Amino acid sequence: MTLNSNLLAPHTPTSREELWRFTPLAKLRGLHDLDVALSSRVSLGTSQTQAGVTLTIVDSLDAPQTSTTDDLVSMRVRELATKVLRVEISANTEVSAPIFLTRSVESLDPEVSRTEIRLGANSRATIVVENIGSMTLAEEIEIHLETGSNLTFVSLQEWENDAVHLGHHHAIIGKDATFTSTVITLGGTLVRLLPTVEYAGAGASAELSGIYFATSGQHLEHRIHVDHNLAHAKSRVNYKGALSGDKARTVWFGDVYIRANAEGTDTYEVNRNLLLSDGARADSVPNLEIETGEIVGAGHASTTGRFDDEQLFYLESRGIPANIARQLVIRGFFLEIVSKLGLPEIEERVMNRIEAELEKASV
Amino acid sequence: MSTLEIKNLQVAVSTDEGMKQILRGVDLTIKSGETHAIMGPNGSGKSTLAYSIAGHPKYTITGGSVFLDGADVLEMSVDERAKAGLFLAMQYPVEVPGVSVSNFLRTAATAIRGEAPKVRTWVGEVKEAMAALNMDPAFAERSVNEGFSGGEKKRHEILQMELLKPKIAILDETDSGLDVDALRIVSEGVNRVKDSNDIGVMLITHYTRILRYIKPDFVHVFAAGRIVEEGGAELADKLEEKGYAEYISA
Repeated sequence: MTLNSNLLAPHTPTSREELWRFTPLAKLRGLHDLDVALSSRVSLGTSQTQAGVTLTIVDSLDAPQTSTTDDLVSMRVRELATKVLRVEISANTEVSAPIFLTRSVESLDPEVSRTEIRLGANSRATIVVENIGSMTLAEEIEIHLETGSNLTFVSLQEWENDAVHLGHHHAIIGKDATFTSTVITLGGTLVRLLPTVEYAGAGASAELSGIYFATSGQHLEHRIHVDHNLAHAKSRVNYKGALSGDKARTVWFGDVYIRANAEGTDTYEVNRNLLLSDGARADSVPNLEIETGEIVGAGHASTTGRFDDEQLFYLESRGIPANIARQLVIRGFFLEIVSKLGLPEIEERVMNRIEAELEKASV
Repeated sequence: MSTLEIKNLQVAVSTDEGMKQILRGVDLTIKSGETHAIMGPNGSGKSTLAYSIAGHPKYTITGGSVFLDGADVLEMSVDERAKAGLFLAMQYPVEVPGVSVSNFLRTAATAIRGEAPKVRTWVGEVKEAMAALNMDPAFAERSVNEGFSGGEKKRHEILQMELLKPKIAILDETDSGLDVDALRIVSEGVNRVKDSNDIGVMLITHYTRILRYIKPDFVHVFAAGRIVEEGGAELADKLEEKGYAEYISA
């Protein structure tokens, strides 16, 4: 046996590695396994056309990735994806209607997909990635925000029950640019997403929110990484999850790294988990690493618990039956994030799906 | 005409040191249209009385009975008590994030009335009730009690009382944390709702200040988990002057 001296060299990860110790590798259908071949295809697409929005499919050699990654599956995607979907928003353009990029495939053969999103200077857009159907997918989405641009990015995981999805969404946020990301993970048997952020100029701001709801047999994992690699940038992280049913499993990591040169950083991260039944397990690990004291603020919070009895008592004391009171509290728990999207049709769709899942789980 | 009949009510709460008896035999009857002030020092069990009638799970009934118009309140679930006509305005109303005031009020009204209120009349009804309490209409879109000031929380409680029209309302320290203006608005709201719906009121308070605005028909002095003295409004004047010292030392 040889000692692997460089963990960053491509290799098949094992559950002994910190980044993979929570993930049920056997359920990945080989997405992580160097001995399993993965096909490459551009699985995202749209039927919309809008002024200021350009979609092209480019050769991966013409779309090199500048960011680094320590995620072994991300490395595989970068290596194996032959074509890249490039979405460009022209500079100084405000795209008023949301751009829907839809992935609807019915094949469980493992495959990779790469997408590149580029917002020109002072442009503004909303992009919704819809993941529906059944897939075994490893994907990379790289997002570049030029100076003063503003992107609302929504990633919807509305998969069928058998989907497996490993994803890395990396945003590089330019000077005075604003990145607002909402990750909504409801479907899939195993979903592991890595929303990561780095900054390219002062005044850059990232707001990363998400909700997830795991029912019996689902493993939903979110690992956020915010790299405050320069001064005067801001980040807010707010993820909320609920779990119901035997072996419902969620993992949340929130790594915020404030480098020595990142003076004037303003960051706060929070993760809240609501356990709706026995047999479910939520891991929640906020990490704040601070190398300079010259910051505006840095904080984190994490809670995992059952229903708040006082909330339920308050609602019930107004005549609301216990089961409806619980539904109201759960709805409100998620709505706090979903309603901020300002996309009523998505809000309704997501809340309906949550309600259907709640009904199935008989909460 | 409704009657809330509390007889020999005994209530305990579990603490780290085991069960602790709080109420030691409370007898009290409240009828429609009557206002009963329950006054007493802190820690005498006033709030325990309010919360055990409303059915808070923290309290264990160890003896006695509570009947509303002949129905056994202690056998009812929390929501059933509200449907039977009981209402508790809380001292510390609870925040429910993500649930809007309008959704909450409508859900509660639907439960209490047994059917969803007609949309058209309901909107007007809520607006009117909010205007009467000097509440900004934008309030309806905020999350229940989240970020409300002390005065806003209390107005929101009285707004619910107005819309849910209980038979008997228990107001637990509704005056606490209110400045003079807010106290006047809230008190006027209580009087208006009480008069127009012939509600029986149990008004729990530490101070006599609110009794200048809401005139009690009866005053009960509460100490060490039971009523130790009863009288008319004049008893409040005596308490104003002499305080609770004689009841605590007794």
